Amino acid sequence: MKTHLKKRLNDFNLIDYNYPDSNGHYGIFGGTFVAETLIEPLTDLRKMYHNLKNDSEFLKELYYEYDNYVGRPTPLYFAKRLTEKINGANIFLKREDLCHTGAHKINNTIGQAILAKKMGKKRIIAETGAGQHGVAAATVAARLGMECVVFMGEQDIYRQSQNVYKMKLLGAEVVPVTSGSKTLKDALNEALRDWVANVDDTFYIIGTVAGPSPYPELVRDFQAIIGREVIQQMQDINKKADALVACVGGGSNAIGLFYPFIDSESKMFGIEAAGNGLETGKHSAPLNKGKVGVLHGNRTYLLEDENGQIIETHSISAGLDYPGVGPEHALLKDLGRVKYESATDKDALKAFHELSRTEGIIPALETSHAIAYAIKLAKKMKKGENIIVNLSGRGDKDLNTVAKIEGIEI
Amino acid sequence: MSRIEKKFNKLKSENKTCLISYITAGDPTISDTLDIMHTLVKSGTNIIELGVPFSDPMADGPIIQRACERALIQNVSCLHIFQLVKNFRELDSETPIVLMGYLNPIEIMGYEVFAKSAYDSGVDAILVVDLPHEEAGDIVNIFKKHKLESIFLIAPNTKIDRIKEILKYASGFLYYISLKGVTGATSLDISATVKQLQFINKSINLPLAVGFGIKDANTAKILSSNADAIVIGSAIVNIIENEQNNNLKINDKIKSLMNSIRLKLDEDLISGAKI
Repeated sequence: MKTHLKKRLNDFNLIDYNYPDSNGHYGIFGGTFVAETLIEPLTDLRKMYHNLKNDSEFLKELYYEYDNYVGRPTPLYFAKRLTEKINGANIFLKREDLCHTGAHKINNTIGQAILAKKMGKKRIIAETGAGQHGVAAATVAARLGMECVVFMGEQDIYRQSQNVYKMKLLGAEVVPVTSGSKTLKDALNEALRDWVANVDDTFYIIGTVAGPSPYPELVRDFQAIIGREVIQQMQDINKKADALVACVGGGSNAIGLFYPFIDSESKMFGIEAAGNGLETGKHSAPLNKGKVGVLHGNRTYLLEDENGQIIETHSISAGLDYPGVGPEHALLKDLGRVKYESATDKDALKAFHELSRTEGIIPALETSHAIAYAIKLAKKMKKGENIIVNLSGRGDKDLNTVAKIEGIEI
Repeated sequence: MSRIEKKFNKLKSENKTCLISYITAGDPTISDTLDIMHTLVKSGTNIIELGVPFSDPMADGPIIQRACERALIQNVSCLHIFQLVKNFRELDSETPIVLMGYLNPIEIMGYEVFAKSAYDSGVDAILVVDLPHEEAGDIVNIFKKHKLESIFLIAPNTKIDRIKEILKYASGFLYYISLKGVTGATSLDISATVKQLQFINKSINLPLAVGFGIKDANTAKILSSNADAIVIGSAIVNIIENEQNNNLKINDKIKSLMNSIRLKLDEDLISGAKI
């Protein structure tokens, strides 16, 4: 290893980056903070996953699905017109929007569904915010012939009616969640409650790199295919990835891109949703504005009040509207390995239009946060340097939201 | 000897089953909660479990979730709850109080501050629902230092080796969750629960309490032959919800529910006395 690189990794304590530890901890973060009834199924899942993660039969099955069902590898696309317009660093888009179902979420759901099948479970449950994870879970359930129930906040059902209909077409039952703030966090609570009551025949597919151990680890491992492909694709064109940019809600698309690059020289930027602005209190940016606490089975940065009650978040994008974040992002923030920045609703909307017009790609509103930051970053970086943006999802699901904001009836 | 230990010893000497009642602190208001606590004791409750409201109570069913929401609308915090316990202690220095809740509201205060304030206000034990023993080492030691007992849950799927491990951390009593589900669930399998209780009782050295899904006197009675304590929660909170605007009715209805359960639990003693 080059000396300067070794030093940099040493500075970050990354030379022996090997997380989580055997108890599912990422430094002080992560862990297994659940009621006793969930300990056994989580222990079973951890054992099963650790036995299978290097099992050639399992990997063969997983890669067969990646290649033939998900549509991998996804292209690494050079955004020529956008790059020229910005007149700064080159922008490459990792086209996860071209995955089956239109987002990276299926990389994870197909992996977990295969695990579920191997564990003999017949019923899949999932929580969803924007509906992308719900659709991805319903899709793989149909693909593998399993029953599927998706919990979704009433508020989100209203915001994402198309995805609700999609899930129903795929044969899933969508259960509206009316408790608390009626969004993603409450859907997660409800899914956990269902799981406690049905642990014997049910597999819970968590959609992001949060939740109790082993979920943050296994979701990361299934999503890391994104970063591994980028490494190969950059080698093929003989270029270096100088910076990586991805949006962060729970953080699964970001960790999927970042993880294989952790011991590289690439700079990394995770972009949280600043909503109306970080100073307004109406945002979804726990890494920028949160405190360390425990929610949904893990210790991480949270948006909470002075009494430790979780507060309502705001973002234009349902998929980023979550008060917590995956524990590995919390660690990477504290280690200084990833910089966590933010983009407002307005920034995201602007980027949504910009990419649509310059490249003919309509990005999801979640993804638009990453685009917004990448445009800023490209201006600051040198020409010839390369930025990889994880284009985590396509924007079809957001057309109603955007049209409504702009006063257009469709 | 701790208040909890004293209470179990006394009940044992009287051949009585311990009755534990759960209510959420601040539901419908903090001052109502104080009245309800005294009512519970007058109608046969031996230990009070006081729920610390949390915005995301993921192990609780809809009844207790809504109780949390009612308390949180008024911003009920740990500090209010400590004051409540202090006020309760002015009239009752005997009934043990267990605070039951989730880790985050405790963590934000800091374990030391929380434990010291809890003990000083008259709290006897803490049950943190989302804290399995693997994550509990530091906290249990801090609780112990401040003379607080740590109540742990065991579930129908907790294996015997794990129960033994949990016993290294647990004090006061062990709380057996009688069903795989959330609080207040309906599908309690009584004969399976009895079998489990018999099995667990053989291998533990702490009093055994059973709860989740016990709604009526008959179920309580059947389970009491194999447990040292019966926990009633959602059935009481349900009354509070239905009568939330009428303090008198809340207390009347709770009194009649708890009296009926107490009477049923003690029925052998009473009929025995007649002979």
